[in-house]
Amino acid sequence: MIAEIGRFLIALALLACVAQTILAWIGANKGGKGGKGAMADAGRAASEIAVLAGGAAMLLLILSFVRSDFSIAYVAANSHVDKPLAYKIAGAWGGHEGSMLLWCWILALFGMGLAKIGPLNSALRSRSVSFQGLLQSLFFAFLAFASNPFERVSPAPIQGSDLNPILQDPALVIHPPMLYIGYVGLSTAFAIAAAGLVQKSNGRELAGALRPWALGAWTSLTAGIALGAWWAYYELGWGGWWFWDPVENASFMPWLLGAALIHSAIATEKRGAFPGWTVFLALLAYILSILGAFLVRSGVITSVHAFALDPERGVWILGMLGVSAVAGFTLFAFRATSLGEGDGFEPDSREAFIGANNLFLAAAAGVVLVGTLMPLFVDALGLPTLSVGAPYYNMSATPLMMAAVILMPLAPFLPWTNGGAKPALKQLGAAFILLPVAVVTGAFISFGAPVLAVVGAALGAWALAGAVMDAVRTLPSLAVRSAQIAAAGRTIAHAGVGLIALGAAADASRPVDQNVALAEGESVTVGGYELTLEGVRGIEGPNYIGDRARLLINGGEGGVIEPERRFYVAADQTTREVALRAGLAGELYVSVGEARVRENGVTAFEVRGAYHPLVWMLSLGAIFIVLGGLTALYARIASGAPRREGKAQAIAEAAE
Amino acid sequence: MRKANRRLWITAGAAVVLVAAAALAMNAMSSAMVFFYSPAMVAENPPEAGQRVRVGGLVVDGSVERPSTGGANFTVTDGAGEIRISYSGSLPDLFREGQGIVAEGAFDGAGLFTADSVLAKHDENYMPAEVADALKESGMWHEDQTSSSQYQTYGDDAAEGAGS
Repeated sequence: MIAEIGRFLIALALLACVAQTILAWIGANKGGKGGKGAMADAGRAASEIAVLAGGAAMLLLILSFVRSDFSIAYVAANSHVDKPLAYKIAGAWGGHEGSMLLWCWILALFGMGLAKIGPLNSALRSRSVSFQGLLQSLFFAFLAFASNPFERVSPAPIQGSDLNPILQDPALVIHPPMLYIGYVGLSTAFAIAAAGLVQKSNGRELAGALRPWALGAWTSLTAGIALGAWWAYYELGWGGWWFWDPVENASFMPWLLGAALIHSAIATEKRGAFPGWTVFLALLAYILSILGAFLVRSGVITSVHAFALDPERGVWILGMLGVSAVAGFTLFAFRATSLGEGDGFEPDSREAFIGANNLFLAAAAGVVLVGTLMPLFVDALGLPTLSVGAPYYNMSATPLMMAAVILMPLAPFLPWTNGGAKPALKQLGAAFILLPVAVVTGAFISFGAPVLAVVGAALGAWALAGAVMDAVRTLPSLAVRSAQIAAAGRTIAHAGVGLIALGAAADASRPVDQNVALAEGESVTVGGYELTLEGVRGIEGPNYIGDRARLLINGGEGGVIEPERRFYVAADQTTREVALRAGLAGELYVSVGEARVRENGVTAFEVRGAYHPLVWMLSLGAIFIVLGGLTALYARIASGAPRREGKAQAIAEAAE
Repeated sequence: MRKANRRLWITAGAAVVLVAAAALAMNAMSSAMVFFYSPAMVAENPPEAGQRVRVGGLVVDGSVERPSTGGANFTVTDGAGEIRISYSGSLPDLFREGQGIVAEGAFDGAGLFTADSVLAKHDENYMPAEVADALKESGMWHEDQTSSSQYQTYGDDAAEGAGS
């Protein structure tokens, strides 16, 4: 019964989304007081129904997982009776259909959010609810017609084939929801931008209306990507945290554009600079989110994260991508002029620096896009198969991002519009310049690190020093409390960027990675630690059996470290559980692999030991960026900025 | 500043950044592109020694040798040729004999392929798309095999691109 109810709920949600699109559109049309009539209210009610129906379907799917109802194909493919409860629940979004349901539900949630606390101009609000409804309808239709999570399988298998073991991990329980809130949240910026173009809204008003939504989505996307990187670091056992894997790129492109958007929207809202660019970014960021879904779910790319191959789904997603892109960019082509040409600014003003940084971020997203799609193009042309790996991105995207980091600390010190670099540079102080120089010198002297790492470290120090100076010099000078909180958000997030640059540089500077076969009593030295294999014993978990190695650490604080190798019986898959020992200077990383019998009959185990200096800076940096984003969002909500500015604008217009 | 001037420097600045990005991308692409070679292609027209390439095929039964010091040596085939691969890293947990894999690295002068990363499929019924294509080409393909693009990668550092 549950499956049928679930299916019905999805159909109901689809109908509600279509109703939302139409009703809110009509509601927005009504002349002078558009967006305030019964139709607009009905559109909002439809958005609530979509949320309730989608949420109930999600709950039913989770219930089916908890009950291990293997008559549902999706549950059978992704669960197992013996799986721990938390992973049964997470299994609900561990595969394609369930994660698509989650995606749809989050879309609907954002639709309801727009209807309740969206743009202040009620006509604009109703119109954006309508556009959001269109985006929701597309995805719910995909769910209903091509990705039904409640599809029955007959006869029902007695046992499920289990969730991919490498996905059975705490970080993976919350990684997809965070990521989707980010990806999907960017839809609100798209909807508001498209609605604004239809309404011929003023660029400043539009930027102000979409900024908090973009900021919230981007912050969540940051958290999602960071969790994914963290998971890849300790669960995949590749010995790194970022691989320029196509699926990582799929989330990184919207992230780069989102970062550009939340900054350009500030310049547009506050000073009327480049309104067209801001609206264009708002449209493009979500389009790249859908492109990401296409890359991940259609099976066109080669990646560890990709869902299984399904060309039919690929066609669907490409269709949704096409509809959204054509709608958005056609509107933009015809209506961009109504946004206004944009107010002027000097080359040494804050707008100019934000604009330049936007260019670098967008260019970085562009080269990532080229690298990600190149193998597809080449393949489509029937040329020899090729792959584009990390070296490409390190040589193209990394320098562009570095340029952005060079400019980042300067912008907060520059005055708006009329500019004036001199007082800004004075405020920065000599310490600001000296710190990176000191870091570079130190890096060269202490270890002959690669150029990229040294430059990265200098930039990290520069960004960090800039954020500190920003906090010390500009925060106290701000009179308004909400402006102070907003600036605090900025300094925290910018410090996070500095920390990530430092952590990444440290990680690139001294890769220590040993892969050896050890018998009991033998040792290997990794980054100043001597690891001695004490023994390996069998273990048994709820849905796996395996080996646990015990290695004595000689060096640092000593102790033991116990990596595992697990065989998940139902999934017929072996995984490694990396053991980590964190310290202030760096992290020891040990995994154990296959056993081998030597000629003399002794059994040796493959042990991989790596040492990652200052890797905590990466986590801390990500936390800082997320905290900074939340702080800025809070400042925005607490200040009621759009409300006041809206009033001031109305007064100004009346005065004219 | 006059409006016309302002436009000029904004346009010029944007053009400089875009041209720089395009130049970076083209330069990086020309040196970082890695082509795939099937064993048949290697037999016919091998890539230059030292050139970074990907190779792939089915791991030949009984060919896997695990030196006591770590790492592994094995042979892959597509029926039309064979490649001996030496890998010092830790093999993916999904690596098995008879299964399709892809390795990235370079040939030495003697025709031995030294890999710094090995990719294996998540699911033993599936195999890397490149390998599936190569097998179809050489006639070793069976209909019960399905191709997909889910890999599991392990590499010392290749996945991170430290090989650059």
